[in-house]
Amino acid sequence: MPLPRLIPCLDVADGRVVKGVNFRNLQDVGDPVELGAAYSDAGADELVFLDVAATITNRVSAVDVAARVAERVSIPFTVGGGIRSVEDATALLEAGADKISVNSAALARPQLVEELADTLGSQAVVVAIDTENGRVHSHAGTRDVDRDTVLWARECEARGAGELLVTSIDRDGTRSGYDLELLAQLRDAVSLPVIASGGAGTAAHIAAALEVAQAALLASILHEDPDRLVSLREELRGLGVPLRDAA
Amino acid sequence: MKVAIAAYGAGNVRSVELALARLGAESRIVHEAEPLLDADLAVLPGVGSAATAMTGLRERGLDAALLQRASLGRPILGICLGLQLALDESEEDGGVAGLGLVPGRAVRLREGRVPRIGWSVVEPSGEAYWFAHSYAAETPAATATSERLAAIVEHGSFVGVQFHPEKSGAAGHRFLATYLEQCLSRV
Repeated sequence: MPLPRLIPCLDVADGRVVKGVNFRNLQDVGDPVELGAAYSDAGADELVFLDVAATITNRVSAVDVAARVAERVSIPFTVGGGIRSVEDATALLEAGADKISVNSAALARPQLVEELADTLGSQAVVVAIDTENGRVHSHAGTRDVDRDTVLWARECEARGAGELLVTSIDRDGTRSGYDLELLAQLRDAVSLPVIASGGAGTAAHIAAALEVAQAALLASILHEDPDRLVSLREELRGLGVPLRDAA
Repeated sequence: MKVAIAAYGAGNVRSVELALARLGAESRIVHEAEPLLDADLAVLPGVGSAATAMTGLRERGLDAALLQRASLGRPILGICLGLQLALDESEEDGGVAGLGLVPGRAVRLREGRVPRIGWSVVEPSGEAYWFAHSYAAETPAATATSERLAAIVEHGSFVGVQFHPEKSGAAGHRFLATYLEQCLSRV
């Protein structure tokens, strides 16, 4: 297996990085390119940019962010938010993104996952699953779509997804630890890489998640502070997590 | 040094272009045989499916240009799918004939989570690079490995890397810098 990955996640709205708890009460906290570059320098393995405004306002503004990030950052990054078609996704990859992430649009039309995988290759297609109590939510966690999380994960794999980005809505922003039980269920249900998201509060939380998932998404734990990533990496190494030497 | 990046409807050409620009190399994205043949270095990037990519190369006459470069001993760098396309064949998409620049075939990964995505240490250098693939080369031309999989393949003037140096941060930058220097010394 490749080395476990730490993936800072930047929520983007109107071209700015924002933050909020449980997807609500968004505040402006910086420029996506500057922050992304700083995380890259701090040892991030990949980056995720989620356009949290795109689905809600039916608008895609991410291509410009992707192009600017690609010029500054030479590690892989994923862009998600408001992608509804192969054309949307292709524009992001052509701008320099490595993967795209789909969520609400895949729930609305699961065939989209196959279309994306056929055109871009599975390795470029991340399906983001926002989940609470074993059920899937769409539209940035605001709508219960009445689907079982494990069944939806299996369907995504069958349709050609390359990775699953699994966010526990009830843990997101709480720093109370990842939902390890859910992650273990998904690890057993699919053979795709799983990216754990939601609940990181300590290095021990992350180390535990990386026992069952291939990567950990880091959001509120970093406080938009790249130095925190440096110290977290040291703590994780101390806990025996074999992170790459990023020098 | 003039670098031509083959554009054939598959691939992360922009990321490769940006990585080469960071190294000060003059690169251009080409869709036709002639500039691909004339460049000091031809780069064959690639993500996506083998069948679509081979069709894209043939439609543009880029396959013949690459074969001619190889026969003249002019450098070619294949990245990820670009490495796999250089082999005799791939088992992807029900079987696809490759360019045959390098003996061997691309086979589906049978162990671990697939796609295989993430950073992995390449031996003998000990550097970690970023991988994203579901197939890997089985070839006698492998000169470096990652978890026993072919990571670097060298045959004649062709060098193929299964990882993405253009997305491998400082380690990828060092790899490309060293490779460009080697190409320069041959120009």
